[in-house]
Amino acid sequence: MGRIVNTRTLPLLATVVVFVLIYAVCAVQYPAMLGLRVMGNLLTDNAFLGILAVGMTVVVVAGGIDLSVGAVMGLTTVALARLIEGAGLPPALAFALVLALGGLFGAGVGAAVHYLKAPAFIVTLTAMFLARGCALLISTDSIPIHNAAYDILAGAALALPGGGRLTLVAGIMLLTFLAGGILLHGTRFGAQVFALGGNGHFAQLMGINTGRTTILVHAFCSLMAALAGIVFSLYTRSGYALTGTGVELDAIAAVVIGGTLLTGGVGGVAGSFIGVLIQGLILTWITFDGTLSSWWTKIAIGALLFLFIAVQRLILVASARYGRSGAGPAAPNTPNQATSAPASRPSSGAAAPSAS
Amino acid sequence: MNAVIQRLKAARPQLALLVLALLVNVFVAPGFLDLRLQDGRLFGGLIDILNRGAPVMLLAVGMAPVIATRGIDLSVGVIMAISGAVAAAGVNAGLAWPAAILAALGTGLACGLWNGLLVAVFRLQPIVATLILMVAGRGIAQLITEGRILTFTEPHLIAVAGATLAALPLPVVLALAAAGLTGLLVRATALGLFVEAVGTNPRSSRLAGVHTGLVLGAVYVWSGLMAALAGLIATADIKGADANNAGLWLELDAILAVVIGGTSLYGGRFSIGRSVLGALVLQAMRTAILRAGLPPELNLVLMALVVAAVLTQQSPAFRPMATRLMARLKNKEARA
Repeated sequence: MGRIVNTRTLPLLATVVVFVLIYAVCAVQYPAMLGLRVMGNLLTDNAFLGILAVGMTVVVVAGGIDLSVGAVMGLTTVALARLIEGAGLPPALAFALVLALGGLFGAGVGAAVHYLKAPAFIVTLTAMFLARGCALLISTDSIPIHNAAYDILAGAALALPGGGRLTLVAGIMLLTFLAGGILLHGTRFGAQVFALGGNGHFAQLMGINTGRTTILVHAFCSLMAALAGIVFSLYTRSGYALTGTGVELDAIAAVVIGGTLLTGGVGGVAGSFIGVLIQGLILTWITFDGTLSSWWTKIAIGALLFLFIAVQRLILVASARYGRSGAGPAAPNTPNQATSAPASRPSSGAAAPSAS
Repeated sequence: MNAVIQRLKAARPQLALLVLALLVNVFVAPGFLDLRLQDGRLFGGLIDILNRGAPVMLLAVGMAPVIATRGIDLSVGVIMAISGAVAAAGVNAGLAWPAAILAALGTGLACGLWNGLLVAVFRLQPIVATLILMVAGRGIAQLITEGRILTFTEPHLIAVAGATLAALPLPVVLALAAAGLTGLLVRATALGLFVEAVGTNPRSSRLAGVHTGLVLGAVYVWSGLMAALAGLIATADIKGADANNAGLWLELDAILAVVIGGTSLYGGRFSIGRSVLGALVLQAMRTAILRAGLPPELNLVLMALVVAAVLTQQSPAFRPMATRLMARLKNKEARA
């Protein structure tokens, strides 16, 4: 029992329950929402958010946070529009260029976090200003992209039964989640990320190069933000500097609702996927309702955020108490230090030996 | 007198930055320093910067103690929007203006109390605790304004931004008074020491008898109150409550002002006066860019660069790195 429902899986389980509940409410009230058509649209409309959430999950598991993803996404869309429309670059080359630049930008952010020993949120806040300012300096207007290849990519879709479509951007999002899951749970790098987030000092003592890991984590997150920018520019076929304003909050909300601990060391991309879907479902439900304004979404997400953070907190407090008493069957599974995230040890400990 | 000189000495980097930004202003707009008295009120470029910078000054005054406890308050911009909406909805519903203003300030207190509870009692990370209000808050403000920009004509409420007191615009007086009061509270009493103790080491300060929970809660309540005051000014300024745009991203300006003010992000060291100077530096930069006719977007990049420089200078790794670099350079010179 303690193996299946432990501190690691309980938040994820709660997320799934909430998702099923919201989905059930939607389905009872608007049976049309059950269809694959709505589901396909849900994936397409939230593709960029999902991709951002993958990057954000990795950063948060590593014990950090990245507030610059929305700005990097906006910068990417403008840069793409300028490269394709202004410089006449083929889209493939432009994609490669912005992805490389995104990764480099993130590496710089990670280096600043590590070497300046500055809190991640203030460094990424600065990065957000930098990226948003650069994007606005490139152009303050929305630039439409007219390109034959773009139209093909934007229109590409797999037909689903029931009139639904799985678009290319939705497919990219699903693949990103898959890749993110493998990266976090199936590679040596993933184990290092968990170790770093569980306790950076221990990770260093274990021989993990924390500087390299921090830089790579932020590079990955910005790479995902650039990919989200590509997806968003395919989705809107334009580039606009203010794209993705405030979307970093949505991404963080998705990650937290998905059961990843903001203290680092515990979590995964599967929960974040459901977190994105929950946000999308709420927005779709409000659209179906028609009488409610979209700002109810913000209140609902804020309330959910609070709920999940409170649940996480309770679990942490409870497991810390349980662990301190020292007795019980779960004793080897709980840390002797109440200050570190309890479930970080099993996850990193289990993965590290198999990787090395 | 000695204390004043010491304070000014400590604020040298901020004063230098401010003078630099003001010099740029003088350079791009001759006559910037001119002050003239008209109808009992001072006019001029300097007064303009003080007046435009008043909301961020207020936010910075509230944010500095929060950051000194190793916290952060991401919700101040949203609290501005909510309290402005409360004031506007209040006078439109027939409330007397003092009651509407009190209601707005009370809303700020309540928001601050919510943040304080989450941080002090539920022990949430400050960034997470205040994120909740930041995400939900604009929705709440929209709920109050019913999705519209609530305009009002109540002259007393408009006077919050338009009136003149002692030849200065009222927002400037309010901001300076709030800064003075906060400065007195933290430096003339032991409160400032408590705040710094909690920021340096919460555990040992608790063991030393400091009521850490109370201190933590109080700084967020104060920050909420300052944000409500800033929200009143912003709302009165446009004679309407704009739930979408009031105080948008101003939390970032406030954090940057505090960082430029030399308050350590690792907690334990803060200065109200220098944070106010930081807010003025930001405003002077913004005004200079506007007056020079440069794209206002440049301001974001400049702000990022200034903060990057301050962070580098603040970082514990910087000093040894700099000395090592200097030593290596000297070695090279010696060899050559």
